[in-house]
Amino acid sequence: MTATTTAPTRTAAILRAGAGGRRMWFDRVMRSVALLASLACVIPLGAVLFFVTARGISAVNLDLLTKPSRALGVGGGAVSAILGTLQMVPVAALLAIPIGVLAGIYVHEYGAARSARTIRFAADVLVGVPSILIGIFVFTFLVLPFRQYNAFAGSVALAVIMAPVIMRTTEEVLKLVPGNLREASLALGVPRWRTTLAIVVRTALPGILTGIMLALARATGETAPLLFTALGSRLVNVGDFGKPMDALPLFIYVNARQPYDLQNAQAWGAAFLLLVFVLAVNVLVRLGSTSRRRTP
Amino acid sequence: MTTLPSAPWLAGRPARGSADRVFRWATRLAALGVVAILVLLAIQLLDSSLLTWQTFGLGFITGTTWDPVAAIYGALPYIVGTLLSSLIALVLATPIAILTAIFLAEIASPRLATPLTFMIELLAAIPSVVFGLWGVFVLAPFLRVTAEAWISSTFGFIPFLAGPTFGIGLFTAGVILAIMILPTIVSISREVIRSVPDSQREAMLALGATRWEVIAKAVLPFARSGIFGAVILGLGRALGETMAVTMVIGNGQAIPTHLFDQAQTIASKIATTFNEATIGIQTNSLIALGLILLVITIGLNIVARLLVWRVAGPVGAER
Repeated sequence: MTATTTAPTRTAAILRAGAGGRRMWFDRVMRSVALLASLACVIPLGAVLFFVTARGISAVNLDLLTKPSRALGVGGGAVSAILGTLQMVPVAALLAIPIGVLAGIYVHEYGAARSARTIRFAADVLVGVPSILIGIFVFTFLVLPFRQYNAFAGSVALAVIMAPVIMRTTEEVLKLVPGNLREASLALGVPRWRTTLAIVVRTALPGILTGIMLALARATGETAPLLFTALGSRLVNVGDFGKPMDALPLFIYVNARQPYDLQNAQAWGAAFLLLVFVLAVNVLVRLGSTSRRRTP
Repeated sequence: MTTLPSAPWLAGRPARGSADRVFRWATRLAALGVVAILVLLAIQLLDSSLLTWQTFGLGFITGTTWDPVAAIYGALPYIVGTLLSSLIALVLATPIAILTAIFLAEIASPRLATPLTFMIELLAAIPSVVFGLWGVFVLAPFLRVTAEAWISSTFGFIPFLAGPTFGIGLFTAGVILAIMILPTIVSISREVIRSVPDSQREAMLALGATRWEVIAKAVLPFARSGIFGAVILGLGRALGETMAVTMVIGNGQAIPTHLFDQAQTIASKIATTFNEATIGIQTNSLIALGLILLVITIGLNIVARLLVWRVAGPVGAER
């Protein structure tokens, strides 16, 4: 009896499948196919960047940056949208950061294993809830009772999207803080809360900020949760969170649907501004965090 | 980098002193807040759609007419539109995404894998509305004269694949969705593949297997359920995606009859009509649509997370 027949059948089949040539050839083909697939993933990124830059950059002019929007293709700009985004997103961040960071601290530093798992699971599910449903949810208790679309509801909707993301990234970063830092601090008689804030959170702060910035960038690009909350507006609204407010993504959506070339061009211009901001945050934050952690 | 344990034995210990207790309660409150949002969201959607469920019962799900004038509401065209557009996206995205994940985790050198991973992460960061804008003005006209024309002329004998091509419609929506869910499936599959123990690979290599044989016969069978979970997470994202789909799917009101037909998904129906709807049975019915979407996406998410956890443990929260 030879060695091949006693080997497990699957291995034997592989060994019999040709004296190298065909198997090597197949190996090389499949590896090339995998390479092509990964290059195919990058094509859409290139295409979107190319067209948004090509069509957007020529539409970014003084009018777009300084004039409020006007109807029916007669000019105007995106300043009401820019100012709206600059107001609603920071307010959303103010609401979401404390909740997200504290919840992240609870899940990693305080929660018993079972309750932590439940909360983590709920956060993951919440991240997966379609953002338009978050818009409806906020509509039912911040718009409907007052019969008034308002910017505050928009901020709350964005905060609901940000909070679970911040919570989960905070938790991931806290995991990287070595346990002996906590133990050393506690052994010196420092109370638990000060240990957590002054030692653990402080050590993890760059990572937590990374998570916050990524959540911020994501909220800046969200449209669906604002449709039924902040609604959008042609007027410049500075500071009145009880009234409708425009935002860059809403501006893009509305102007892309207009039948006028000028309006469409403004949508491309606004998309360029939005994309530059979102991608700049992502690139800077990710470059910063990879050079710090040096993990591939 | 070696990470020291982050002192899990401290978790769940009782707090001492009043400041400790206050801080602990603040963190607990925030954590419960996140859970409460999810629970309230479900309750609120159910409560705000009660009128529709009482009027139509489960007939709402199977009804094919949406007529605000006659006050008859049925969700079927939108459910079908949602499922079909997501199905197209899955068919297009899954093979490419899994091959990419394999390439990044098993084949590519770090010098190639790092920039590729980075670019795929950037693809995930592009806002939905920007994809929509690009979809309307660039992708739809392009697909109309290329892929759509080719499919309908080559496979036109199959009933579902024939029909006038507009560019705007189900197929383009599926392509946009495929692009948008690629990063989700790639990044989670990559994590799952990476978590396969090296002993699996080494055993196979020791038997004289080629790299691809190692991947196909030792790595993938081990990672199968996790990759399946990644695909389901991608599906969950496709089902709920709103802006890009709304802009390219064409807002057809009937059940789509062919691949290039104008259609409507649940999310796009809500996005386009919610603000003009009159408060009452019409908004109730739109919110009922939302509730159907919520149940589907939460169900899929739970299944997918369990599958991924089984292989790789908890993976990061980024979508």
